[in-house]
Amino acid sequence: MSAVSVQSSVLRVLRVVVIVALVAATVLPFVYMLSLSFVRIDDLLRDPLRVLPQLDRITTETYRAVLASEEDGGYGFGRFMRNSAIVAVAASALTVALVVPASYALTRLRFAGRSQVSWLFLAVYLFPTIIIAVPVFVGFQVLGLGSSLVGLVIAYIALTVPVSVHMLRNYLAGIPESIDEAAVIDGASRFQILTRITVPLAMPTIMSTALYSFMIAWNEFLFALLFLSAKQDLWTVSLGLTRLADGQEVSKTVLMAGSVLLTVPIVILYGVAERALTEGLTAGADKG
Amino acid sequence: MARVREGRLRPVPGVPTSKLRGRENRDGITLVAPVVLVVAAIIVVPIVWTVVLSFQDARYVDVARNGLFNELTLDNYADVLTSPAFWQALVTTVQYSVATTVGSITVGLVAALAFRDRFRFRAPLRAVMLLPYVAPVVATTFVWQVALNPQYGVVNAFGTQVLGWEHPVNFLSAAPTALGTVIVYDIWRYFPFAFLFLGAALTGLSKEIEEAAVVDGATPLQKFWFVVLPQLLPTIALLVLFRMVMAFNEFDDVYLLTGGAAGTQVASVRVFEQLTGSSDIGGASATAAVMAVFLGVALAIYLRLTARQREENR
Repeated sequence: MSAVSVQSSVLRVLRVVVIVALVAATVLPFVYMLSLSFVRIDDLLRDPLRVLPQLDRITTETYRAVLASEEDGGYGFGRFMRNSAIVAVAASALTVALVVPASYALTRLRFAGRSQVSWLFLAVYLFPTIIIAVPVFVGFQVLGLGSSLVGLVIAYIALTVPVSVHMLRNYLAGIPESIDEAAVIDGASRFQILTRITVPLAMPTIMSTALYSFMIAWNEFLFALLFLSAKQDLWTVSLGLTRLADGQEVSKTVLMAGSVLLTVPIVILYGVAERALTEGLTAGADKG
Repeated sequence: MARVREGRLRPVPGVPTSKLRGRENRDGITLVAPVVLVVAAIIVVPIVWTVVLSFQDARYVDVARNGLFNELTLDNYADVLTSPAFWQALVTTVQYSVATTVGSITVGLVAALAFRDRFRFRAPLRAVMLLPYVAPVVATTFVWQVALNPQYGVVNAFGTQVLGWEHPVNFLSAAPTALGTVIVYDIWRYFPFAFLFLGAALTGLSKEIEEAAVVDGATPLQKFWFVVLPQLLPTIALLVLFRMVMAFNEFDDVYLLTGGAAGTQVASVRVFEQLTGSSDIGGASATAAVMAVFLGVALAIYLRLTARQREENR
């Protein structure tokens, strides 16, 4: 056999092995999470290897316990989820409201300081978030915004703006400017162009930008830890899960149910918008 | 921005061009201002503040009372640079960053190549492969912690009962295993990112060059090494840069998995401990500033090297 056919057949087998292994490696931890969330803690301690519970031993008590408020003997995840939802929705709505005009200006208008703005956004990534978080926290305390969901929302906007601007800008750059010019000749103002032409044309990308910042805000941990640790009634799901996991008193399978509740909204949103999101993020990557 | 394109300022009857240009400038600044203000307030001011604090012997009380106006000193930098724990954290950070960057990009590349040609369920499986990257880090670290737990974790149960390990392994609480585990976790979490970008780069390649190589008798491995890989290098170089910066500043993953114990104290976690444990704001700021300088120098060297590469490719 020639080198070509030997390599081809080896690679053909290897390819299947690689795909199966990678899919298993990505999926199994999530299967484990979902499955343990229906297991009784004594069953887990008795036989850790039995990942899938016997049908007659399946319990949904874990979900009741984790969702119920403290007064009802639960762990208050219902409230944590509400807090997370408020923060994430507010952060993504405000991010979009800020980013759409900014991206429009950065792709369409010449103005002083235009190139410096892009450099400013890069600075976000050069320093560890932890070192940004502490002065922000101290400053917000002075302004009375520390330990509040409002402060958290403002911080999340700053975290998501740079990537959001990048996504939208790539898209807007692809819309022909002659459309804008035609509108100018018809007597449209800048604001009318933005709201009547740019926003409708860019709607799919605006939606995926909104989803992106929702996901970042929903998943975020460090700012929530610094801002809200002392205020249990304001905890987000991410913070609530880690705080409860630090103690010994909450059973691991109940916290698994909490992890599922933390993960499911993200997986659903991702499932709905996977295509738009990945295309938005990798826009321009295929041009090398 | 002196470059003014023809057509943009097409004269509108009755309005002088200079006036149009002035309005464009004003509109641009107005539209960008809110975003710039938020980013400046939340990112730039804190960074400047950090640099100032790193020259002060400041605790929380001093900052609360005097704000930025404390006595200036170089003590923090002297403390940082003479502290063995700092150098240990730096070494750990570099090991961790290099290993996760190389690991996640390599796995991502292998995945992108395996997914290159069509097969049944390719689209849904590709979407599934991105889950570790999009899922909340708090949830996935918690699952890994439980799965690797010596008492009730499935991995140790499998190891002792099926593979015949003598003892359960302390994956997250004993050095040097802990650092290795954190690295494996991060390769798992971030390979989808490389997979996504390299996949996009692969679909953008023209098939003609590869077909020509096949006609000339190139084996599949030669085709990859001499035709495909060189075309992917710009994307890989960008990914290396991006992943290195992110990994160098990573906090969540390490803090959530090990809390920085058992030889996994990377720089960010050390800064966090200086802040919350000993509330040494000045020391923490100096540590962060020194790390940022190291990162900046490393980036500059990297950009120099890859710039030369880019020139040669041209």
